[in-house]
Amino acid sequence: MSIHRRKTHGLFEPALVNTALKQSFVKLSPRLMVKNPVMFTVEIGTLVMMLVVIYSIVTGDTNEGPLWYNISIFIVLFLTVLFANFAEAIAEARGKAQAESLRKTRQDTPAKKIFPVGEMYVNEVRVVHSSELQLGDMFECEAGDIIPMDGEIVKGIATIDESAITGESAPVIREAGGDKSSVTGGTKVLSDKIIVKVTTQPGETFLDKMIALVEGANRQKTPNEIALTILLAAFTLVFIIVCVTLKPFADYANTPITIAAFISLFVCLIPTTIGGLLSAIGIAGMDRALRANVIAKSGKAVETAGDVDTLLLDKTGTITIGNRKATHFYTANGIGEQDFVELAVLSSLADETPEGKSIIELAQAKGINKSREEDMHFINFTAETRSSGVDLKDGRKIRKGAFDAIRNMVTKHGGTVPKEVEERVKTIAANGGTPLVVALNNEAKGVIELQDIIKPGMQERFQRLRKMGVKTVMVTGDNPLTAKYIAEKAGVDDFIAEAKPEDKMNYIRKEQQTGKLVAMMGDGTNDAPALAQADVGVAMNSGTQAAKEASNMVDMDNDPTKLIEVVEIGKQLLITRGTLTTFSIANDVAKYFAIVPALFVASIPALQGLNIMNLKSPESAILSAVIFNAIIIPSLIPLALRGVEYKPIGASALLRRNLLIYGFGGIIVPFIGIKLIDLIIGFFI
Amino acid sequence: MNTELLGVIITYVLTVLLAIPLGKYIAKTIKGERTILGFMAPVERFIFKICGIDPNKEMNWKQHLKALLTINFIWFIYGFIMLITQGSLFLNPDGNPSQTPDLAFNTVISFIVNCNLQHYSGESGLTYLTQLYVVMFFQFVSAATGIAALFVLFKALRDKVTDQLGNFWVFFVQSITRLLLPLSIIVAIVLAFNGTPTSFEGKDSIVTLQGDSVQVSRGPAAGMIAIKQLGTNGGGWFGVNSAHPLENPNYFTNVVENIAILLIPIALVFALGYYLNRRKLAKVIFGVMTVGFLFILSTSVYSEIKGNPALSKMGVLQPTGSMEGKEARFGPAASALWGISTTATSNGSVNAMHDSMTPMSGAMQMLDMMINAFYGGIGVGILNYFVFLIVAVFISGLMVGRTPEFLGRKIEAKEMKIASVIALLHPLLILAGTALSSYIIVHHPEADWAVKPANWLNNPGYHGFGEMLYEYTSSAANNGSGFEGLGDNNIFWNVTTGFVLILGRFLPIVGPIAIAGILAQKKYIPESAGTLKSDSYTFGLMTFAVIVIIAALAFFPALTLGPLAEHFSLK
Repeated sequence: MSIHRRKTHGLFEPALVNTALKQSFVKLSPRLMVKNPVMFTVEIGTLVMMLVVIYSIVTGDTNEGPLWYNISIFIVLFLTVLFANFAEAIAEARGKAQAESLRKTRQDTPAKKIFPVGEMYVNEVRVVHSSELQLGDMFECEAGDIIPMDGEIVKGIATIDESAITGESAPVIREAGGDKSSVTGGTKVLSDKIIVKVTTQPGETFLDKMIALVEGANRQKTPNEIALTILLAAFTLVFIIVCVTLKPFADYANTPITIAAFISLFVCLIPTTIGGLLSAIGIAGMDRALRANVIAKSGKAVETAGDVDTLLLDKTGTITIGNRKATHFYTANGIGEQDFVELAVLSSLADETPEGKSIIELAQAKGINKSREEDMHFINFTAETRSSGVDLKDGRKIRKGAFDAIRNMVTKHGGTVPKEVEERVKTIAANGGTPLVVALNNEAKGVIELQDIIKPGMQERFQRLRKMGVKTVMVTGDNPLTAKYIAEKAGVDDFIAEAKPEDKMNYIRKEQQTGKLVAMMGDGTNDAPALAQADVGVAMNSGTQAAKEASNMVDMDNDPTKLIEVVEIGKQLLITRGTLTTFSIANDVAKYFAIVPALFVASIPALQGLNIMNLKSPESAILSAVIFNAIIIPSLIPLALRGVEYKPIGASALLRRNLLIYGFGGIIVPFIGIKLIDLIIGFFI
Repeated sequence: MNTELLGVIITYVLTVLLAIPLGKYIAKTIKGERTILGFMAPVERFIFKICGIDPNKEMNWKQHLKALLTINFIWFIYGFIMLITQGSLFLNPDGNPSQTPDLAFNTVISFIVNCNLQHYSGESGLTYLTQLYVVMFFQFVSAATGIAALFVLFKALRDKVTDQLGNFWVFFVQSITRLLLPLSIIVAIVLAFNGTPTSFEGKDSIVTLQGDSVQVSRGPAAGMIAIKQLGTNGGGWFGVNSAHPLENPNYFTNVVENIAILLIPIALVFALGYYLNRRKLAKVIFGVMTVGFLFILSTSVYSEIKGNPALSKMGVLQPTGSMEGKEARFGPAASALWGISTTATSNGSVNAMHDSMTPMSGAMQMLDMMINAFYGGIGVGILNYFVFLIVAVFISGLMVGRTPEFLGRKIEAKEMKIASVIALLHPLLILAGTALSSYIIVHHPEADWAVKPANWLNNPGYHGFGEMLYEYTSSAANNGSGFEGLGDNNIFWNVTTGFVLILGRFLPIVGPIAIAGILAQKKYIPESAGTLKSDSYTFGLMTFAVIVIIAALAFFPALTLGPLAEHFSLK
């Protein structure tokens, strides 16, 4: 299945901007602001400036600086708070827009509930509201019905349109039993009829959880976010100390400093850029996961994905395309190739397995076609003979099977298998292929080679993962020899051969004991324990309810390679936080050089030497710094929402790169920005 | 002038060359391997035996801190009683008086915390008894406390999940018997042979060429001078410290004493590399510290050699550089080197008057102490650096897209909380202290103290501000040098700096040890290609940036009002 992208909203769609603007004002409420200590202090500063302005207007006192200057500072500070609120609001609005489209599918739908003991019959079907369905209830759905609740099919098979959730328009098949039995409320049955057992409480369906997550209602701060908030709070405190102690210092030096200057210095120094964008970054991370059609049960899960050290991937469907394919015919015992291929095709005519079909396809490519005839007697595969084939009416008996099965058959009839067949079989097995031997009348005639086909682009992906420091492990039911060959060819680092469900579990435990974080993807009920044990478990949406419950993310696309994307989204989230923090703090250098000389230059003219940007006047210097500080927040919103690009180039190289762009850049940019703003302000004052 | 610079370079290079083998030796000692000082083992066993210490009992980080704080508290009581009664005790040939309680409080604390902020003059403020058995004793044990705390950190950083971090008493005793004592003996002998007194007789009197009769203080000084240099203590025998001709007789002793300042702090960085078997990490840490140190050093040396711009403006030639407040036998370059060495390592001894140095040198010395991690005090320098390192690890860990980890341990909210508090503490103590004293000078100049606030400052204006800033910086950094020119022997300064000293000493020990202890118990995560290597030069650059930004940003306004304003005004 190709990776499908949910319809994405433009970064600044007018409708979103409108809601976000409204929300920016709502969020001014101190009760909401206090959650963000950095911006909360800015809000207090703004409030103080407002009082200063009112005082100046009422008394006409200009000891605190000219009125226009105080008003300007007040407005810029107010905008700073609004910008930060806007960043958070626009991220939330984008999430809400996604949620809205989901909510439409959740509208109260009629449900055909089955009452085991009805009013008239046993198993009576009556139409109720979907909200009346309880855990354990049964309902039925026919073609054209919207499935009212999450559940598991207990009877029947149906094609279902899941586009409401996945955005994927191709219908999928769901059937009772097995690993494809779960259905999601809000999706539509296209054909047939199914009976479904409700598996969730009302209000806790998948869709409900998803909407809550997307809207940010359930957003909890992740551990890294908490640690970063602490660090930012510490920086804020340092600058509170700096600004408060500056008052007695200035008194000592006989240098009056206006309230506006104090507050400006403080607001410029505290890390408002990252403080304003922090929650937007977190929401945007969840949003990016959602747009990759992965629903994370918590923000923490996305973050943990970025830390994953080991990735468990199923071979079939993830690393190789679903099934083996015939790639070669090798003749033996002096038979011509044409004849051998004919034998192979005849033996596979009744073989419905993908391998059997691929033999016929390969023969067709060589120009050999055969079709079923009435008088052919087909022998089905049994566990006992471990071979299948056909008896023709001319008395030819053709058999196809694993090497030892055919050898047993041949030796039982007093024959021997030629050396060349045996050697060929060994070579094929050593190359990761599966050999099938074809015998005619108890005489081995040649070998068909079946090979696993590695999905295109997988090698590059594993390369990329290795550079990220993620170890990939292939899980397969194949024998160790075959597994080793495919593992090498695909470029995975390790493999689990002849894997049973508990092997996965043990492998995960073993890795975790050495301190590693493990991610895996699964769909079956027997994957559930391993999914729960893994640090990041991604269940496919088509998987069983048990698998989905045990995992901390669900992939709506059922794309087994999605894990790789999830890891990158997790890393991107952390990188965006780290780089913007660095940028924010590095900015302080230039702001210092703008404001500190401006504070003292009136009474200590010699400090003009520190005014290396040559800003016009103390007022313009302070104003420029505050304005720069304010406008940098909205300018970085797109970056915060999109995330800083992740490049798998190794940790040190990545640090170098980001340090250069966001650290060094963070020092340089404000020097240029403040100077430019000062030049512009210079025209007005 | 070139010879002077050469002297600076040779002194520094020699220090590093000596520090490398010493570092290796220290690492071997912690590992318990055989060293040339193995013969001290019986002495140590004897000490453990009479103290009832089981040297094989390992402690967790909390037990370590408990031991450390308890023993320090006992010393405090002991020292305080000695100082307020010294006048009536023996070994007092000059008949010096007992100290006032507030002075004794300040003195005891300042020696216990390895600071040696002397608000008294050794010749008249102490007796031989208290010089030896309080002051010099504290110089050994406070240095050993720092080293022992650092060893706990070393143990915690091994790639082993454990809460067993060695025995505090073993670390403590061995750092004296195997490191401080032997080195002190060597330095003391060098000094004694160059003319530093080692006598129990009282003041001598000589008649100068002018015919004046002069009383010359002396005493068993050489030993104490050795440990005050080696243990980053700094408290001299004589009031003017190593500017005194008997405390630091010639250029050779000056080189030796200067090496002694830097030797152990640098050696401990190398010891970290040898002990943890992470030499590259040690190299990077040393690199970061050295780049910072050399930048500050060259600024100061340049500024001193260039001379005072105010004098130049008057047309006075200064071919020997700025000589005000310097000893002619050392000259400006060696004095600048000393000034930077002593502030970088929280030593605090001086061989020139810091108050008289050019404003830029003053700024650099304060910056050195504000950062307090470019080598830093014995043991605690690396602990301070460790806090910066944790912050750097955290930010750069995020920047490469992984939950930050250092040496295989995740750095999480709890560690960040502790690191943040410690990083906050230093600016808080210095700025709040200076703010308080500024406030009192402005608003209560006539307060009734031994020295009236109005008379605190010899030089009003920016320089006076610098004097106060320097005093609190020196206290918070446990440095002990003074800008002088500050009337600091009165209740206000004795008490406020006393508290700054305690907080500035013990919290920066408790914090890093707690972080290390918590980290040591965390799951060890093996390295992968995605792990940020903390021993890369890129990461070194990051740490450097964190140090510069935290220190420079917090102190920039204060430095601007003090030495920077003075510097620009002189131009």
